[in-house]
Amino acid sequence: MTSAEKISDGMSRRSLLTGGLAGGFLLAFHLPVRAVNEPVQPPDVTDGKFAPNAFIRIDVTGRTTLVMPQVEMGQGVYTSIAMILAEELDADPKQITLQHAPPNDKLYGNPTFGLQVTGNSNSIRAFWKPLRNAGAGARAMLVQAAAQQWQVEPAGCKTSNGEVTHTESGRKLSYGALASAASSQTAPKDLQLKDPKDFTLIGTPLKRFDTPDKVNGKAVYGIDAMLPGMKFATVAACPVFGGKVGKVDDSAAKKIPGVQQIVVLDDIVAVVGDHMWAAKKGLDALVVDWDEGPNARVNSKDIWQDLRAASEKDGAVAKSTGDIGKGLASGEKLEAAFELPFLAHAAMEPLNATVHLTPDSCEIWTGTQIVSRVQSEAAKAAGLPVDKVIVNNHLLGGGFGRKLEPDMVVSAVRIAKHVDGPVKVVWTREEDIQHDVYRPVYRDTIAATLSDGKIVGWKYRVTGSAILARWLPPAFQKGIDIDAIDAAADMPYDIPNLHVEYVRAEPPAVPTGFWRGVGPNNNVFAVECFMDELARKAGKDPVEFRRAMLGKKPRLLAALNLAAEKSDWGQPLPARVGRGVCVQPSFETFIATVVEAEVDELGEVLLRRVTSVVDTGIAVNPDTIKAQLEGGLIFGLTAALYGEITIDKGRVQQSNFHDYRMLRIDQTPKIEVHIVKSGEPPGGIGETGVNAGPPALRNAIYAATGVALRRLPIDRTLIAAGKKA
Amino acid sequence: MSTTLTINGEQKAFDAPADMPLLWVLRDVLGMTGTKFGCGIAMCGACTVHVDGKPVRSCMLPVGAVRDRAVTTIEGIGASPAGAKVQKAWLDLEVIQCGYCQSGQIMSAAALLAATPNPDDSDIDAAMAGNICRCGTYVRIRAAIKQAASGRQS
Repeated sequence: MTSAEKISDGMSRRSLLTGGLAGGFLLAFHLPVRAVNEPVQPPDVTDGKFAPNAFIRIDVTGRTTLVMPQVEMGQGVYTSIAMILAEELDADPKQITLQHAPPNDKLYGNPTFGLQVTGNSNSIRAFWKPLRNAGAGARAMLVQAAAQQWQVEPAGCKTSNGEVTHTESGRKLSYGALASAASSQTAPKDLQLKDPKDFTLIGTPLKRFDTPDKVNGKAVYGIDAMLPGMKFATVAACPVFGGKVGKVDDSAAKKIPGVQQIVVLDDIVAVVGDHMWAAKKGLDALVVDWDEGPNARVNSKDIWQDLRAASEKDGAVAKSTGDIGKGLASGEKLEAAFELPFLAHAAMEPLNATVHLTPDSCEIWTGTQIVSRVQSEAAKAAGLPVDKVIVNNHLLGGGFGRKLEPDMVVSAVRIAKHVDGPVKVVWTREEDIQHDVYRPVYRDTIAATLSDGKIVGWKYRVTGSAILARWLPPAFQKGIDIDAIDAAADMPYDIPNLHVEYVRAEPPAVPTGFWRGVGPNNNVFAVECFMDELARKAGKDPVEFRRAMLGKKPRLLAALNLAAEKSDWGQPLPARVGRGVCVQPSFETFIATVVEAEVDELGEVLLRRVTSVVDTGIAVNPDTIKAQLEGGLIFGLTAALYGEITIDKGRVQQSNFHDYRMLRIDQTPKIEVHIVKSGEPPGGIGETGVNAGPPALRNAIYAATGVALRRLPIDRTLIAAGKKA
Repeated sequence: MSTTLTINGEQKAFDAPADMPLLWVLRDVLGMTGTKFGCGIAMCGACTVHVDGKPVRSCMLPVGAVRDRAVTTIEGIGASPAGAKVQKAWLDLEVIQCGYCQSGQIMSAAALLAATPNPDDSDIDAAMAGNICRCGTYVRIRAAIKQAASGRQS
């Protein structure tokens, strides 16, 4: 048997998850690429099915396909979305199959963006009503069809488990039997949504649908795409941002066994081979004389100098209440500036895209947070109409905002133009880290005044990239990037004179983009760190100090109170051990977090314990909420302890996990997450923990050492024994 | 170079240069994509497989060095008692988020339990610190290893 035959053998079935799932859901992913010679993304066939809207298809056997408008990148959204649809539909859980949405903004666009976007912790927030309406509308149509057949009033019918029952007579019809009759019904205008007290799925922990195939190697990510006759490529861009390819000597590379082809484009080179190893060795052997261009002198020192200068300017006013002039003129004044570094995303699945380009078609296999934008950008790169581009989306091996960009797919399409047959392009970790779209550097300056232990004036200025101005231009209005000021303009404390400004400052050459936590990851940090400095100046306990100004945010106050109790706030601790608190109202979720940490004599930080209390409204799948907090906290604490991308000579100085470090299991503290029961609509969750970790840790270090750190990552030299603020 | 390896108990014959890391043989030559590429320098553990039961980073192991030793990958680990226990605990405690690193995590955990049936926290730290999880599932990994060791149910 040849290896190609073996490959196709191993791929001749679709990934199917069965059994062992609470609720007995059957999940067939149609997104993986294991099937050879058949379209991976099955066309959305609605013929002969009850297809009342974009999300639900029920065939005559009762098989219910739920189309997922948002992508699964670890956050558990497939399970939560299916729960919401199935809840209002009263579907038979055993009959449910999940399917990825194809590119189609009109049907599957995120209501917040008008595009297919999974980001900003808003999948459940944005789709909560549309999905409930979709489920309830479909259910009503099925009931009407049954009532018509029985010649009874719809009000006399009830539904459960994929069946309509006429209460009085006990007659029953399955959804499958009603599928064709329901198709000619119209959903009523006034939909009857369930009373949350009647929820049977929502609010009860449900095992995830995507995880059984993730314990045995069967789950298929974009990087696992395998096609007959596929070639493997790896890529290098000019190490200097914006640089071009100069001269290329490929004589040594061509001699590497397994190397098939060298592709030289104006800004990147790629080596195509029989496998990644040949491609990688070929790339190592390729001698490229880069034309470094105008950015070869860009460096972090200058970037910071420019950012600091920009932050001294007046900005566009995002919010102003009371009289800031008066506010800052009264009481005791304190000023500070907080600085956050560039960060790479470093998702565990390196950037990749597989492309099969023919003169009149382009088929793509990848994992993306923006499937419709990938389709349109690929069409431009391929020089084809959009409808000639098929995008097979996959499970994502982490997204974190990196896959809100289409650049990797565009590069792969450009390479594929020169390759006969399908080609899988995989970035090395080094290229992935050095050609990221980075979390921008931010500088947040604050001046505040205290009177009678309370803040009376608060002037806050964010200086940094306007990611939205590039990514979603219509959202950038009047010089204000609403992402960059998120959690600053709407900070939770009741302050009579408050003024928030934004200064747009784009770093030279370095591309910037969304990073898990988005805008709030600069503002929650600056606000919450400064709150501790003000508390100390006022001679108050940090929790007490916050409580006094949270009167208008009862949900946040309640979370804070519970976090203080659960974390043993105020209980004595050994020397050089401290607790730090952080509260945050971002993504319509209210979270209070306490980190307990120790700082050793050398300034090394030991995480001892983390306690988080979360009020996210209705917790659709409570175990997912906990998992997102636990993981988000680790993500944020990793950044606080290690995260920094620096630039010298126009290039990124870090390259892999030895110098762009990650927190590991031996450094992971106990993490307790408490969920507050709530009947409010669901808030966002995926990014919240990321923002909670850094300020709570910094405040714990402040409590342990007395040193008020104002930059991330944490500088050990400033907190070693004997150092004072 | 024509090579034969025993992978998950099956003989697999293929052509590959002797210096080619086992990772790429598995993924690109044999189409066994459960083993993941993460860093290429043995810093993340995503590519962990077993060679004669010991956890090895396959991204740095030349295929020519494997010789007649038995290779086990994530696709085959469920056949071992320790592997099956780990997989079950992983699902019982819902460890996984994106899942990309979890093949490697499960391989490291299965090797730990096979060698040390009742690991304490420091055993877990020593065995698992080479595996990065960017989603931050470490708290549940620790709990799941303990559950798999004790046979306790969630």
